[in-house]
Amino acid sequence: MQFMLLFSRQGKLRLQKWYVAHPDKLKKKITRELITTILARKPKMSSFLEWKDVKVVYKRYASLYFCCAIEQNDNELLTLEIIHRYVELLDKYFGSVCELDIIFNFEKAYFILDELLVGGEIQETSKKNVLKAIAAQDLLQEVSYGDVPLEL
Amino acid sequence: MGVYFFRFNPAFNMASIKQAFNEAVERVRMPAPTRLRDLIRQIRAARTAAEERTVVNKECAYIRSTFREEDSVWRCRNIAKLLYIHMLGYPAHFGQLECLKLIASPRFTDKRIGYLGAMLLLDERQDVHLLITNCLKNDLNSSTQFVIGLALCTLGAIASPEMARDLASEVERLMKSPNAYIRKKAALCAFRIIRRVPELMEMFLPATRSLITEKNHGVLITGVTLITEMCENSMDTLNHFKKECGHREIVPNLVRILKNLILAGYSPEHDVSGVSDPFLQVKILRLLRILGRNDVDASEAMNDILAQVATNTETSKNVGNTILYETVLSIMDIKSESGLRVLAVNILGRFLLNNDKNIRYVALNTLLKTVYVDTSAVQRHRSTILECLKDPDVSIRRRAMELSFALVNSNNIRNMMKELLLFLERADPEFKAQCSSNIVMSAERFAPNKRWHLETLFKVLVAAGNYVRDDVVACTIQLISETQSQQGYAVSALWYALEKDTSDKQPLAQVATWCIGEYGDLLLYGPPSEDAETPINLTEDEIIDVYQRLLWNLQNTVITKQYTLLSLTKLSTRFQKGHEKICQIIDTFGSNLHIELQQRGIEFSQLFRKYDHLRPALLERMPPMETARPQANGIIGLVNGEPEPEDEKSTMLESATTTSDSFQLQMLSPSSTVIPPSGQVTQVMRVTNMNRAQLRMRLRISYTGPTGSVLEQTEVNNFPISTSQ
Repeated sequence: MQFMLLFSRQGKLRLQKWYVAHPDKLKKKITRELITTILARKPKMSSFLEWKDVKVVYKRYASLYFCCAIEQNDNELLTLEIIHRYVELLDKYFGSVCELDIIFNFEKAYFILDELLVGGEIQETSKKNVLKAIAAQDLLQEVSYGDVPLEL
Repeated sequence: MGVYFFRFNPAFNMASIKQAFNEAVERVRMPAPTRLRDLIRQIRAARTAAEERTVVNKECAYIRSTFREEDSVWRCRNIAKLLYIHMLGYPAHFGQLECLKLIASPRFTDKRIGYLGAMLLLDERQDVHLLITNCLKNDLNSSTQFVIGLALCTLGAIASPEMARDLASEVERLMKSPNAYIRKKAALCAFRIIRRVPELMEMFLPATRSLITEKNHGVLITGVTLITEMCENSMDTLNHFKKECGHREIVPNLVRILKNLILAGYSPEHDVSGVSDPFLQVKILRLLRILGRNDVDASEAMNDILAQVATNTETSKNVGNTILYETVLSIMDIKSESGLRVLAVNILGRFLLNNDKNIRYVALNTLLKTVYVDTSAVQRHRSTILECLKDPDVSIRRRAMELSFALVNSNNIRNMMKELLLFLERADPEFKAQCSSNIVMSAERFAPNKRWHLETLFKVLVAAGNYVRDDVVACTIQLISETQSQQGYAVSALWYALEKDTSDKQPLAQVATWCIGEYGDLLLYGPPSEDAETPINLTEDEIIDVYQRLLWNLQNTVITKQYTLLSLTKLSTRFQKGHEKICQIIDTFGSNLHIELQQRGIEFSQLFRKYDHLRPALLERMPPMETARPQANGIIGLVNGEPEPEDEKSTMLESATTTSDSFQLQMLSPSSTVIPPSGQVTQVMRVTNMNRAQLRMRLRISYTGPTGSVLEQTEVNNFPISTSQ
């Protein structure tokens, strides 16, 4: 996988994860153009898009689009499963997740993704193990600093 | 004061006491900054873009000031806010060094946010990378698995070649860790490292081998991913894994794992709608494909399991189809039994009829990959594929188009072209160029006769209009020139086309004017051809009027006008009377604003005056052109190939250099001129893209095989964007 983007129906970026090194300017350009292209597609169309030289797999869940750019040899249908797995994890973690959860806790959304994928490849196929690792790390986070609560 | 800030720094030393003291002082001195969620609320409350910008700029100014004051208590909150601001598209590079400071902090919250920031904000700049390499090295040696995990995850996401080299040995060590959580992450780090620096592959081999003898699915899947990457990039490694892999051979080992997955009963941990760990299954199937490619023994060893997966997988859900799709790819790629191949093509046939568009898309995609292996099997689905040309989804249409062209042969060319020309007429602009070039190529290969070939080319010129590539113009002119028997037909067909408005069909106008210029006498005074409709009562004046309209139309390009001018000049010798009028029109170009047209105007008008005696001879009909297709503008279409007669299987690729305005192509010597059975020959081609234009390449390869000489032609359109930027 080259990158993953989450964006809203209004075209607002909610999460971006890059596994290829691009300058910031190019990332922004790709993001902008891809969001426009996908939002212009009709709901009944396939989840796949050949866009410039990347293969894009995307799926809409409620108001959020999950979009992955994959390698030429990657299995497009499996990418849909990876997206779905990520949604399930978010759902389990937040308890019926909605866009607002991801906006206000975007760092958690990243942490969960990082326990599912490393370098753009799947590292764990058990939901339980991912959530266990996240919960253990949440516990490790200091909740206060002396008498000052260390909330973000 | 609690003990928590020493959690990651059990050595209770002076530095940490000092830090704790300073932080306590700062806490009193500085008020707590806005919380992340409060900032998000403020930003979301902004009603206009300008209002949002004001909130963000104010907060950024504040965050910068805290960075200057080295506030380490709230650094983590401030970076978290900055990351949110960054996602909205505002600059945040000034947070890069602060992320590194967070990573170096002993607190876990700091590290977690610091690494997140590093992954989002760091680019491949050398100076920052040196610093982060040191941080990573420290954390890769941490005693807390989650700290190691954060470092590995970051390395896996942003490793540059330098970082990869510096940290490879740490990663290799962690691949042997007793902790599965660390092993799986280290394996994917190694994956990323060898992707950036393939030379580092060898040092990971021993540790990689033992990964696939594991029970843990996380370690297994990352191990399979890593081996796949290695085998795809190096033949030596592929052979290495085939020969020895721990105590077991790799193929039987993978087959066993796959079999266990299929036969295992329901396991809630890895179940996805009734399928046991589809993620792992797909990765194993893909690795099996690489191992079985061109290897009869390995293919034999996996035949049964592939058949089992192909027949037993539940197909009502996406997961089942995901696995079937991967299985079909493997069956078609390895040396599988013919019965298995039939099974695979039948699965694709079912896919093509599936209601789910995604399944139809992958079916087309896969058929495209297999069509060169087994054309007849794919031919059976031709009508369904042609149906997909009308799909409202552009992704499906594109695949269907490519597949349709792959299915064209001399038996079905008439039928297929009828459908594809219909498609071309209605196609989106983005398809027109590729589709028209492909029609031209197919027609060239399979045209049943010259007349049909010309008709097809004319239809392309009409249907694709200005999207036709320049090479089509050259091809068409060439064909007309060499086919004397059809010139009468061509000139009248093109006259009818030219009479209509052609401003959105410049290539058509170019071909038409060229042809009328050459053979205009046939149009007016030639013998009426029995099969073509020749214009009745056409006069020289009518033709000149159309030319005048072409020359004065502002929408016609300079190139079209040059064609037209030259054609008109030629017509003066083909016509019986109209040449006064022609001379007048050409004279008006002597003062044209465009330098090229002006020059033509002056040159040609000399042919009516000083050099009038030379005109008929100079403008005589051109002899039929030789078959070498002219170079197209912007395309490098170089044909190299001299069959070598005495060898059984041989390819001869010569070294050559061609230069055009925008591209330079250099062909280096091939590694061999003979391809051994199931071997390969490489030849390096260097293309210098001077104008940084989008690159397209047409390759024509001719070789002599056991069945005689073969000519293959293909086009490469998908060069990465980076080659043209």
